[in-house]
Amino acid sequence: MNQALDLLLVFVLLMNFLMLGSSWLRVMIRIAAFQGVLLAFMPLFIHHDGSGRVAALALGTAAVKGALIPSLLLRAMRDASIRRETNPYIGFVPSLALGALGTTAAVLFARLLPLSPEHTGTLLVPASLATFLTGFILLTTRRKAVMQVVGYLILENGIFIFGLLLLDAMPFFIEIGVLLDLFVAIFIMGIVLNHIKREFSSFDTEHLADLRE
Amino acid sequence: MNILIEILVLIFLPPLLPGLINRTKALIAGRKGPPVLQLYYDLAKLQRKKMVLSSTTSWIFFAGPVVTVAACFLAALFVPQGNLPAPVSFTGDVILFAYLLGLARFFTAAAALDTGSAFEGMGAAREVTFACLAEPALFFGLLVMARLSGELSLSPMLANPWSFGWSPGAAAALALVAAGWFVVLLVENCRVPFDDPNTHLELTMIHEVMVLDHSGPALGLILYGASLKFFVLGALLLRLLVPFSSGNAIGDIMIFLGSMTALAILTGIVESMMARLRLVAVPKILVAVTLVSAFALVLLVR
Repeated sequence: MNQALDLLLVFVLLMNFLMLGSSWLRVMIRIAAFQGVLLAFMPLFIHHDGSGRVAALALGTAAVKGALIPSLLLRAMRDASIRRETNPYIGFVPSLALGALGTTAAVLFARLLPLSPEHTGTLLVPASLATFLTGFILLTTRRKAVMQVVGYLILENGIFIFGLLLLDAMPFFIEIGVLLDLFVAIFIMGIVLNHIKREFSSFDTEHLADLRE
Repeated sequence: MNILIEILVLIFLPPLLPGLINRTKALIAGRKGPPVLQLYYDLAKLQRKKMVLSSTTSWIFFAGPVVTVAACFLAALFVPQGNLPAPVSFTGDVILFAYLLGLARFFTAAAALDTGSAFEGMGAAREVTFACLAEPALFFGLLVMARLSGELSLSPMLANPWSFGWSPGAAAALALVAAGWFVVLLVENCRVPFDDPNTHLELTMIHEVMVLDHSGPALGLILYGASLKFFVLGALLLRLLVPFSSGNAIGDIMIFLGSMTALAILTGIVESMMARLRLVAVPKILVAVTLVSAFALVLLVR
């Protein structure tokens, strides 16, 4: 079971690299959605007492992360008619290198953590930290607001992986609450994006840097 | 006996591979294409021709192709062919292998610079730029193999790559290394997404520009050396992709020849499917491949 989980986590890590190296918004939204769906089904690998709770959570997460949020983002992308990030603050190759450094650091750091014995050998903690860092890099180095929303989504994916460690301890309603928070956050960002678009006729957050009376 | 067969394969098989690639490309494009044995005919023709030597060139100009072929041939001796062990093998031959390929590249570039042509100098600069980005990917792959097998010699290292303690981390690392080495194979042999072997008169070309001044037997040596390089890197990659053995030497050779043919056809298909990348995109992809190979090592070491 843990081996299958590790394999999925390797795919998640590879998707992080793809995300850092890609400039096409549509590609990034699709990868983020796919990553979300992969993550959604991970609880099934950890927790297999056959209860409906975990299955329901997996399906719910997959629906929100794999369908609802991507469709919102794709629509925002279409409305704004932007297709790609052309000029990030840090280029694609340096951000890839940063991501690789971050992944290595995450792997090394996870070895130092006093984890419970069933989690020590797995990739859960390193993958979580690396995904977290990837989201952080995307959030801070991209100019387009939609890209930053994608970065936020990846950040949340990292937190979700970490949450898998606590799956047994966490009540169902908290998880659903987190999912709802995420959805509302993306929803509000969609509205904010629309306002930015109407005000500045572009999604470039550069315009938000100076104040005017 | 096995060693004799391997050396015969090594000498006579490589020129077949570019023919297979070209034939595949022609068939996919709906053309008939040159004969599969075209490179053999070309080599025979070029041996009978006279060489034109520019008066500005020195001995380096002719040493370029000779050293390239010799270095590629020596490097090929360290690579196992399919399940058969390599003809020559000692601890640490991995490093020698990688730097023999480096030596071949150095002399090709030096011969290009020796002509004094600005155009060839540009090609040499591009070639070494891309090579120094592709070499780390090759090395990270070799490091992964060394770590998995605990060996520093190519032949035992690649003897049975998928058997060293199966775990998802190791399997994923091997898959990433195989993907990385395929890209290295395409870059080092100037295949399509990175370079176009057909464009003799474009400013975007890399490898072809370096050999414009060579003619006659020297050009023949260069063509032969290029096919040898494809064979060497291909054999390395095939150990990862086709780790089967049949039990006897004849069967192993057959598997090796069959898989090498399949690899050439696969390369032809990739070339037909993809357009050449923009020149600025090539370093980006190579850095990404290097980082992914490094990630494969991290997966193992953790």
